[in-house]
This record gives sequence, structure tokens and C-alpha cells, in this order.
Amino acid sequence: MDDAIPADDVTEGESGPRVGLFVTCLVDLFRPIVGFSAVRLLEWAGCRVEVPGSQTCCGQPAYNSGDRADAADIARQVIAAFEGFDYVVAPSGSCAGMLREHYPALLADDTDWAPRAHHLARRTHELVSFLVDIRGMGGVDGVRYDGAVTYHDSCSGLRELGVKAQPRQLLGTVAGLELHELPGAEICCGFGGTFCVKYPDISNKMVGDKARDIVATGADTMLAGDMGCLLNMAGKLSRDGAEVRVRHVAEVLAGMLDEPPIGQSRRS
Amino acid sequence: MQPTSLAFKDRARDAVTDAQLQRALLNMKPGFQQRRAATVAKLPEFEALRDQARDIKNHTLANLDTYLLRFEERVVANGGQVHWARTGREACEAIAEICRRAGARTVTKGKSMVAEEIGLNDHLEAEGFTPIETDLGEYIIQLRHEAPSHIIAPALHLVKQQIADTFREAHTDLEADRPLSEPRQLTDEARAMLRRSFLSADVGITGANFLVAETGQTVIVTNEGNGDLTQCLPRIHIVISSIEKAVPTLEDCSAILRLLARSATGQEFSAYTTFSTGPKRAEDLDGPDEFHVVLLDNGRSAVLGTEAEDTLRCIRCGACMNHCPVYGSVGGHAYGWVVPGPIGAALDPALIGLDQARHLPNASTFCGRCETVCPMKIPLTKIMRHWRVKEFESGLAPASVRRGLSLWAWAAKRPRLYRFGTRLAMRMLGLLGRRRGRIGWLPLSGGWTRFRDMPAPQGRTFQDQWAAASRQDSGGR
Repeated sequence: MDDAIPADDVTEGESGPRVGLFVTCLVDLFRPIVGFSAVRLLEWAGCRVEVPGSQTCCGQPAYNSGDRADAADIARQVIAAFEGFDYVVAPSGSCAGMLREHYPALLADDTDWAPRAHHLARRTHELVSFLVDIRGMGGVDGVRYDGAVTYHDSCSGLRELGVKAQPRQLLGTVAGLELHELPGAEICCGFGGTFCVKYPDISNKMVGDKARDIVATGADTMLAGDMGCLLNMAGKLSRDGAEVRVRHVAEVLAGMLDEPPIGQSRRS
Repeated sequence: MQPTSLAFKDRARDAVTDAQLQRALLNMKPGFQQRRAATVAKLPEFEALRDQARDIKNHTLANLDTYLLRFEERVVANGGQVHWARTGREACEAIAEICRRAGARTVTKGKSMVAEEIGLNDHLEAEGFTPIETDLGEYIIQLRHEAPSHIIAPALHLVKQQIADTFREAHTDLEADRPLSEPRQLTDEARAMLRRSFLSADVGITGANFLVAETGQTVIVTNEGNGDLTQCLPRIHIVISSIEKAVPTLEDCSAILRLLARSATGQEFSAYTTFSTGPKRAEDLDGPDEFHVVLLDNGRSAVLGTEAEDTLRCIRCGACMNHCPVYGSVGGHAYGWVVPGPIGAALDPALIGLDQARHLPNASTFCGRCETVCPMKIPLTKIMRHWRVKEFESGLAPASVRRGLSLWAWAAKRPRLYRFGTRLAMRMLGLLGRRRGRIGWLPLSGGWTRFRDMPAPQGRTFQDQWAAASRQDSGGR
């Protein structure tokens, strides 16, 4: 795993670096509040944020299903859309990992696009690790969350990008927040993209175990940094009737709590 | 062993609801993981050793012909014989022929996954010999006529009570009401039964963890001592090994040995590490009169130079399966072949064919935990992804998957259309789930909603809201 590589030629003016937000398809479709939370956090970290309209998805469904041709087409589309930015940031370790670790591999044989894929990969980061490691954010000021919180480490962020300490560091500065470590926090929740619908029985076993571990922490809130995992865990917790509020870590860090937790309505 | 990997999905479904299996799996998980973590933490150079071990094996595989020929030369110089087998069938026949010439009846066996791979016991039985497994786990599953469910703990899928029942059924000459509730009672009984076999065996068969080219030695790593009795007491010792077990030197062997037990059981070293150097010499007190090594290819040489070559570095420690949440959910039998878990998902398609093994590389979330513990640094998820590409390109992927994927990709490559379509769809889903915040059932989403709710989307997509906010911004200025 590469260490976080700051882009070598960022020309940061007085107005801060230009960041292209890779919203991710699941945030775009299911939970826009995570996108707005990311924008707020990036602005707190002194960035100018833009959101290219020509983005759709990072291409993982195709890439992980063995459809390299479609995955490569989508990768080229993403690269073209994000080429002009100092940094590209995604509120997801999985999608950031796709851009950073897998686009260069996917386009390695394409002489035109391979250098462009590397160029993008070098400047792409997962949101929370970007705030801490690249922007040097030490904490969030004036943010409050009254609750006992537990945190799940999503696999790609953890193992491809080394996202582990950064969210805990920032959460530690949220007033009123009490962190209960989740036993087995590094064990996969069973989402796995198309895995969860291709092998639903296994996925259910894994997320069932995870839901039990979450409930056992006694925390009233469960956070993670990837929408896929969050939808999976929230869906299981609510099916099991567990009273745990599930949110993306960015919502809590940005203090954007207007939306009800994932899988709950305004009344519940 | 006949692969049954095509039934993976059905077996997995049965496995997750099998209470006894789940109890057995629950017993194994924390033990293996914690012991490995503790012993690795005590060895500062563990990471450096992983690199060294990877390099040793890569070098060996790049020069495999040289090292195998050198190994053969040394075995012969030590007074032993080498038999080359292209297929499992050839290996079985070579072994049966040695047993026939020796006039053997009882054949004891140490644990060997290669012997399981080639169905050696069935072959020997059909030829009129009586093979007896002497590793405790293998002994138990032999009595139960089962395949191993884990490469280092073949009976891992069983709980104590099942083993007691098996022993009562098999050992009919013992008192029917003897106590068998304690592990100690079970092992004592197995030991007493096996002692008879060790003494009566004409041929002993073991596997090999390593073949040392410079010395012609075969090496086994065990904890029960059964391997030593298997190879020392009978007149003939046969080693069955696949060709990728070769290492150039004793130095190389000991470097990898430092990783093996730590990764497997969390021991610093296993109880026994046994080096076999040919038959008994004039000055030796004991040992076999004949020493044979059967070198099995069975598809491995065809894996050299392919994208799956790195799987040939595997030293069969089992760390990947011990840490795999999928293996931990379904156990080894679901995989339907002798090597289960992540390494099976990467290796089995190469050895039994992708058409047979197509589920295995798909049944992974790519969580990557296996790669972080693999002592040989095998890029397991990369190889699984390679098989998915092969499957997709060769049309083996199910039509429904291909259709869904191509429709999605078609839309994802047309951002304007995608935005329009998703805006409508999310509005509808948002309305559908507005009251409860979640959706309990959706057409075509049974894989998800059978077990989980679908959290409802907020309703307006991010892109929709962002575009509206930007319009307002520029309008306000």
C-alpha cells in the first residue's frame, strides 16, 4: 500500500486548492446530505470545492464483475471529468481506492490513458484521510453530537488506503461524542458490491454477525465512511428491529444532522 | 477428489443455517486469529520475512525445472527413488505399484492435501490395500467418509459430540458406554487405535511441506507426531508431493519455516519439523528400507507464467481461510474441493477449471483481509478478479448478470441520461419509503430485501440539489 502521496505540483493560491468532489453514485442517489457534509468539511479545511456534472459512478460494479471494457470506459470518463483539479476527494474509501489503486492497473496497457490514470491516482483521496493527512485538520470546532458512537472500518479504506486513525482523531474532537470501539471493526460487513445480491445468504450471515456486534457495544449511533456498507448495516439493523442510528461519519463531523438517520423516517 | 464446487451456492445456504457447523466455526475463529496475531507481534522481522519468502518462491518457480532435477539427483544420491506423475491418476498408480511390489496390506498415512486432491485412499482401497489416516483430524473424517473442510484442521467442521458419536460407531470392540465427553478421552482412544496401525503397516505415506533441492530432503511440519511414526516404522516410506513445494536450499526452507507455523496455528514452530533424507543408512538405528518421492504436476506447470502463477507460492498455512469472513460463514465443504477459502478461490479455477470453480472467485467481498495475513504475499483478490474477467470474457457469467451489468454500464456512460433517469427513480423510491424511511420489499431486489430493509433514498439526488443550488447562486449575483 502506498502512503498518502501529496500531489507534487499543487499550485495552491491564497484561496486554497481546487478540489473536485467525487460524490460517488450511492451518495448521489441515496444520501445527498453526505455530499453536502463533505463540501462543508472541505471548505473548513480551506478548499474550493467543485462538483463536475459529468460524473456518474467509479465503475466498480463492472470492474469487479470482470467487465474490463465497460470499467475502462467509465474510468476514462472519470479521468476526463476530474483532470483539472488539484485534488479529487470522495466520501468513500471504496471509490477513492478504485480511482487510486485500480484505475492505473485497469488502463496500464493504454498508452494514452495510463499516464492520465496515474496523474489522477496521485491526487485522489478518501475524504477523512484527506482532511487529516493532507490538509492537517486536527479537529472540528464547534461541532456537537450527544451520543455513544461506534465506528466500522470499511475494508477498502482500511486496507487499500490506510484509513483507520483519521476518523477516530476527528471524532475525538466532537463535543459530547463518546466512542465505543466495535469488536471486529476490521471485519467485512458483507456488502461487497454485487456480492450482497449474488450470494445473499452469505452476505446476510456476515451482516447479521456485524449487527449483533454493533448492538453489543451499547452505542446508540453507528458510523462508517462508505455508503454501501452503511446501507447494508442500516438495512440489517432495522430489519432486526435494533434501535441504532446509522450515519455516514461526514454527517457527524460536519454537524449536518437535519436528515433522519439512514433507514429512518422523520417520524421514527 | 471430484469437485462439487458448482453447488457452492446451495451448500453455502445450507451451511449458514447448520447450527452444529456454525458452532464449530465459532470455536475456530478467535483462536487461530488471536494466536497468530500474538506470535507475529513478537517477531519484528515478520514483514521482512514475508518479502524474503515471496522472493525465494518466485525465484524457485522461475527455475522450477532446474530445482526439481537437482532435487531428483540428490534423492537418488541419497538412495531414494523419484517418480514423476503428470496427473493424479499416474501418481495413484505409481503409489499402488510400490505397495503391490512390497506385498503391502496396511498403509498408514500422514496428512496430505495432495493425497486428498488425487483421491489416493479410494484408489488404494480399490486396489485391495487398507489405507489408514493417522492425523487425528484426517482419521476422524476418514471414519465419517468425509472430505477435509480445512487444509490444516481437516475436521474443523465438527464439534466434540459428533466425534464421540463417530468413535462409538467405528470402534465397536470397545465398551459401548465408555466416557467420551472430554477431548482427552477422544485423543486417547484415537491414539490407542492408531498405535495398532503404526505397528502393522507395511508402507507409510506422507506429504511434504518442502522439497529441498540442494539436499534431496523432504520436510513435514506436524504437531501430533503421527507423521514420524508413519514414515519411520514401515519398511517403505512414500512421499507424495506436488512440484511447487520445491525450495533451493536449507536456508530458504528455514526462512519460510519461520513464517509457516506462526501463520498457521500461531505457534513459533510446530511440535515436529521432520527432514527425511532417503532410506535407512548402514549406521542408522531405524528408518525405512525404501524411500520414494512421487512428484505430482496435476495442472501446476500449466499455471506457471499465467496470471495465477502467484498461487503456486502457497505454503498451505491456512491463514487466509482463518481470517476470511466468507470461509468463516460457510466452512470448507461449501467450496467443493480440497483447497477452500481465499486461496481456493484463486487456485482452484486453475486446477479444476473455471467452469467447475466459477463461484469461488465470485464469492468474495474483496475485503482483502486474506492478503494482509498471507505469509507469501499472494495477491489473492487480484487473482480472483482475474478469474472474474476470464469468466466474463468467456461467457460463463450468468445471462441475467451480464444483462443487468450492460444496462447499468450503458447508462453510467451517458451522464446526462443517467442524471435524468436517476432523478426520477430516486424521487419514486424516496416517496415509496417516505413513511418508514425504508423499503421492505422491491421487485427484482429479493437478494437484498429478503434479509435486509432497503434504506429509502432522501428523494432528490445530490446532483439535482447541487445544480439547483448553483443556479440560485448565480441567479442571486
